[in-house]
Amino acid sequence: MTSTIVVTGIGATSPLGGTARESWEALLRGESGVRALEQDWVAEHDLPVTFAGQVKVPAVEVLDRIEAKRLDPSAQLALIAAREAWADAGEITDAPERVLVDYATGIGGLWTLLDAWDTIKEKGARRVAPMTIPMLMPNAAAAAISMNLTARGGARTCVSACASGTESIANAIDHLRSGIADVVICGGTEAVVHPLPIAAFAAMHALSKRNDEPARASRPYDVDRDGFVLGEGAAALVLETKEHALARGARIYAEIAGGSVTSDSYHITAPDPEGSGAARAVIEALKQAGVTPDQVNHINAHATSTPVGDVAEYQALERVFGDRVREIPVSATKSATGHLLGGTGALEAVFTILAVNERTAPPTLNLENQDERIPLNVVTSPLPLGDGPIVAISNSFGFGGHNSVIVVKSYDEN
Amino acid sequence: MALSQTEVLAGLAELVNDETGIPVETVELGKEFEADLDVDSISMITIIQNAEDKFGVKIPDDAAAGMKTVDDAVNYIVAAQG
Repeated sequence: MTSTIVVTGIGATSPLGGTARESWEALLRGESGVRALEQDWVAEHDLPVTFAGQVKVPAVEVLDRIEAKRLDPSAQLALIAAREAWADAGEITDAPERVLVDYATGIGGLWTLLDAWDTIKEKGARRVAPMTIPMLMPNAAAAAISMNLTARGGARTCVSACASGTESIANAIDHLRSGIADVVICGGTEAVVHPLPIAAFAAMHALSKRNDEPARASRPYDVDRDGFVLGEGAAALVLETKEHALARGARIYAEIAGGSVTSDSYHITAPDPEGSGAARAVIEALKQAGVTPDQVNHINAHATSTPVGDVAEYQALERVFGDRVREIPVSATKSATGHLLGGTGALEAVFTILAVNERTAPPTLNLENQDERIPLNVVTSPLPLGDGPIVAISNSFGFGGHNSVIVVKSYDEN
Repeated sequence: MALSQTEVLAGLAELVNDETGIPVETVELGKEFEADLDVDSISMITIIQNAEDKFGVKIPDDAAAGMKTVDDAVNYIVAAQG
């Protein structure tokens, strides 16, 4: 008998707000978290893209000064989200050895790495900060969460580009079902709104260059989409078995019924044009959840707003859902947040959980002329999802051919 | 102009506070960094790097390794100012 896994805590700090609730409410109001960058380095490096989705509440305004000093921005955001999720989950009295962290990032401590490189060039090797390595390592966020929340059941880090955050949730399901932990804190973070990634993503023509209209730049499925918008932020979930949650009287948001990971083995950056790897990820996640494609009634799509990627994801969805793909309400929330890379799957999981819990699909911004090659039922204003059972999926795909999908089901107390 | 022992102590206390959050008034002569102030080795390295910048002195690694007390650091910096 497979355990039922439930979500009992959520946290997020994103371009839309400093908490999961603030982010969700701003999303429902149709706000955009994408703004022009005000840093001097934009002009200094003559960046071709001058906007991004920066976190609405800077981490240094939330964390203690000394605490922040020893963490890269990516780990700072992770810690904020994880603390919120942990507090939201209510009192957990399990032995620390039964609490596991599985927390993702796509890139890791990029600011720390590049600041240290500047230091060695400008001031010499003796001035490189001794905390450089522990701050830049990709496992720094998981380690910070583990230390801060006294989780001793393992602090794991998965890195699979833009699929990372979703993959960590899929991993968390496995950890709970295998019995190695009673509680798992999972999610993902990214903080690379820095000139180098902007220049590098722009060099591969991946970013939107709608510099004069930042809030309208992330426009999944629109004929005028011209690339993704870089975002930053983190989100975290507390997962446990249903029995464990009920035994401690926890509030249950939803079930995380399935999570899958597949790989394309096709191309380092381009999606498989037939979407077979992505389709397999959806099918595997649904199978694990014990539901059929016919039962799915909400999709939080990966939908980065790139000309190629949005079409490839549609083709994958069509393979799974057939003609019904035109009916299922689809939300593309990167339209409001930008693309949080390793944090994106976790933030979209939070949005999907709240969509299921509050029976409302969130809006997709900036859809003015829908690409006729993508005939999805795109939600453009908050849409009630009805009174019956809700089965939602959240998709994430990453450079390297990584695909990960989770299935979120409405929780029925009976 | 060279700083006095009191001025170096005040400046060093600010560096310790900036790195660790330890209140400046607790950084006093006679105290040991690790045993009394709970400054760990990584923080100590950063404090010494910052002290080199702040006081315009060079503190070689072997000298830094010998700085167990606040007095050690203050006296070294005062002397190194020339």
